[in-house]
Amino acid sequence: MVQSKVIETIVGLFIAIGLTAIVILALKVSNMTTLNSADGYEIRARFENIGGLKVRSPVKMAGVLIGRVAEIGFDDETYEAVTVMKINPEFRKIPEDTTASIYTAGLLGEQYISLEPGGAEEYLADGAEIEITQSAVVLEQVIGQVLYDKASGKDEE
Amino acid sequence: MLRALGRKGLSAFSWLGRSWIFIIYVLLGTFGVIRRWRDLIKQIYSVGVLSFVIIIVSGFFVGMVLGLQGYNTLVDFGAEESLGVVVALSLVRELGPVVSALLFAGRAGSALTAEIGLMKSTEQLSAMEMMAVDPLRRIVAPRFYAGIISMPLLAGIFSMVGVYGGYFVGVGLLGVDDGAFWSQMQSAVDFHEDIMNGIIKSIVFGIVVTWIAVFEGYDTVPTSEGISRATTRTVVTSSLAVLGLDFVLTAIMFK
Repeated sequence: MVQSKVIETIVGLFIAIGLTAIVILALKVSNMTTLNSADGYEIRARFENIGGLKVRSPVKMAGVLIGRVAEIGFDDETYEAVTVMKINPEFRKIPEDTTASIYTAGLLGEQYISLEPGGAEEYLADGAEIEITQSAVVLEQVIGQVLYDKASGKDEE
Repeated sequence: MLRALGRKGLSAFSWLGRSWIFIIYVLLGTFGVIRRWRDLIKQIYSVGVLSFVIIIVSGFFVGMVLGLQGYNTLVDFGAEESLGVVVALSLVRELGPVVSALLFAGRAGSALTAEIGLMKSTEQLSAMEMMAVDPLRRIVAPRFYAGIISMPLLAGIFSMVGVYGGYFVGVGLLGVDDGAFWSQMQSAVDFHEDIMNGIIKSIVFGIVVTWIAVFEGYDTVPTSEGISRATTRTVVTSSLAVLGLDFVLTAIMFK
């Protein structure tokens, strides 16, 4: 029989390891670390079609992750999707005439918002809206277009 | 034949009824467990700490197998960067809680049943009752709570070790990109959705497995054959209960 003090220490160690494992799961495996963007600022953009964009999809500038999509809404007057992006506070200098487009990572990968900076001197403030946007490319439409072009091209020959 | 069926049904219902009365008496002993926390710690040692090694070893191997299998499938689609997602999600959501609960039933549950069953057949429990010490509060309650506390910790350790097992095979041996492995995992695994639900699952499994184990021990026929039967029944019943409950919980949690 092991001494009871030793047992208590071992049990303490066991509980500590168990809790550490759960903390590691939370921090390293899940998105807990990237979720603390509560201190970031918000910018909005309207899109005609957001495709497969989801809340928490990445927002990138020059390929660098600078924020995430915080909210996706729908404007029932203009029939446009309204996205709210939460940008990390260290990326303060986004020009006012920045373009927002929705791209796909790889052919079938997840969709993200890409910001291309313009040349304006003024920077986007909290709650500002990006005016120039480009909708998501819907693969079915592209394929449909290509097939349609092919078919009509053949007719002319 | 009809009579046999009726007898089976009646005994099944009385088993169910006795187990509920039993658990209510055990829960009434909650306060005593907090007061006698040294007993609880001793039981956490024998239930949790002694299951530690088997959990670590099997967690690591399960993670490595997931890494290998996932890689072989994903590489056909050129998506081997998603290996981290596959390994982490399947561990955190399903395999971590379920496999560790099955191992826990085999390792700790059977030991609990045998211990309490032997106490009953050597009339230690009756002796305690004679001395006006309630064995349900003194013997069963600390073991029950030790199981509930240990199970989520063991499941968490299992998942963590498994993720590193998958990392070891995927990144170390098969050459998946290190950064992609972790970053894809982090962007796909949600703390509340995946990890918290996994922990809730393992708490439920802990309650069920220890409940079955201590009840089977307490309810055993006090002979050597009775104890061996009770031990077998503990492992079989709690494994089936874990698998069945897992389906129900998954259906509720991940709609």
